[in-house]
Amino acid sequence: MKDEAVYTDARAVRAVLDQLHVAAARLDRQVTFMEVCGTHTHAIGAAGLRRMLPANVRLVSGPGCPVCVTPVGYLDHAEALAALPDTLLCTFGDLFRVPSSRGSLEKLAASGGRVRVVYSAHDALAIARANPSQRVIFLAIGFETTAPTIAAVLAEAERSWIANFHILPGNKTIPPALRALANDPDVRLDGLILPGHVSVITGADAFAFVARQHRLPAVVTGFSPADIARAILELVRQRAAGRAEVVNHYSRVVSAEGNRVAQELIGRFFESGDAVWRGLGTIPGSGLTLRAQWAHRDAARIPVTLAAPREPAGCRCGEVLRGRIDPPACPLFGRTCTPDEPVGACMVSSEGSCAAWYRHERLGTGADTHSVGAQR
Amino acid sequence: MCLAIPMQLVDRNEHEGVVELKGVRRHVSLMLTPEARVGDHLLVHAGYAIGAVDAEEAAETVRLFEEIIAAEGSSEDAHPEFDEGARRGDVNRER
Repeated sequence: MKDEAVYTDARAVRAVLDQLHVAAARLDRQVTFMEVCGTHTHAIGAAGLRRMLPANVRLVSGPGCPVCVTPVGYLDHAEALAALPDTLLCTFGDLFRVPSSRGSLEKLAASGGRVRVVYSAHDALAIARANPSQRVIFLAIGFETTAPTIAAVLAEAERSWIANFHILPGNKTIPPALRALANDPDVRLDGLILPGHVSVITGADAFAFVARQHRLPAVVTGFSPADIARAILELVRQRAAGRAEVVNHYSRVVSAEGNRVAQELIGRFFESGDAVWRGLGTIPGSGLTLRAQWAHRDAARIPVTLAAPREPAGCRCGEVLRGRIDPPACPLFGRTCTPDEPVGACMVSSEGSCAAWYRHERLGTGADTHSVGAQR
Repeated sequence: MCLAIPMQLVDRNEHEGVVELKGVRRHVSLMLTPEARVGDHLLVHAGYAIGAVDAEEAAETVRLFEEIIAAEGSSEDAHPEFDEGARRGDVNRER
């Protein structure tokens, strides 16, 4: 795979950007594209791509950061479960520092709470196997990329009779969120850069509806600067020609139909239900809930008392997640909210838009010039 | 959290595999990619191989970018600032 150095070859990106500037000259107005995935946001920031775009092409970040869209209520629920006797929480590291209504999992662990950080759902199952007297609860968050790994672990728990392994269902699916964004009158998008690794599981065809039903051009692409620049070029060309199609530029790992084994495994354990997204509210059919036959794995069925969740005061993470504003438009950004002392979820995860902007995009930006909604 | 790294499968036993990248080896589950063969490049996410890199499609994409570079020729205008960014932007480590 040594040839793949071409993806980070500056000459490739420069050549694509030159074509992009030529193509953008044919647009009759400013266009706004959204990169849905947080890994794309990070890659765009690291390469400095946003600053190299033509003036009439804007790129806004989307909701594709699982930690960022996990609502405060989910974290409160996790904390309430951790307070139960003989209970051990396992979580991906990304969720550890996200503020809940009263603290965070990190603060809970520091004060003696029983929380462990794992790299994989598989590690949580190993902890359950090694601690049979404990109720082990894995915090199941993530999109289609992660959901099949959790389904695979549930299958193993069933096969190996590991009765003390549970999950708190919080997985979400991307297509219903894109439908909600396309229908949101506050968020006027002209095209989408689709999430590459979600598409590995779903297949590119799962996104055909954005062009057919919402007339939005869209590109499935990889994460190198050359890939992303080429995707933006494709979107500009489609817009200039008045076309709306979903094209797959990431065919080296994404097929039309996706990973069928993974899809079947998800379907065996989960069904779609309504889910709350930070910033986007309740989106019908966008969550993965455990099927009734797996109720014995479902930590959401354990009775606990929950107060109404409280979002951090002043945090505009929700608007950032919808592409309504860029992070510097939030009064907390870079002042009271930084990666070291995050107030909101979008600053915690390295894939969060605020963290990516803090790290890569601060130079030469005026905090008050970034309201996307005011542009049109 | 949707980061996935291409790594080469160097050994497998049932649903357990060993993958390698730049000399670093780790165990992965092959439950989601039961067809994987030793030598394949797999996309690894959270301890699981979730897909495979299609060698022909990868070569095709590389060829396309090489064409774009060739068409550009020795043009020296535009975006000199990119050289630094391109090197830093390699977050997917696809090499």
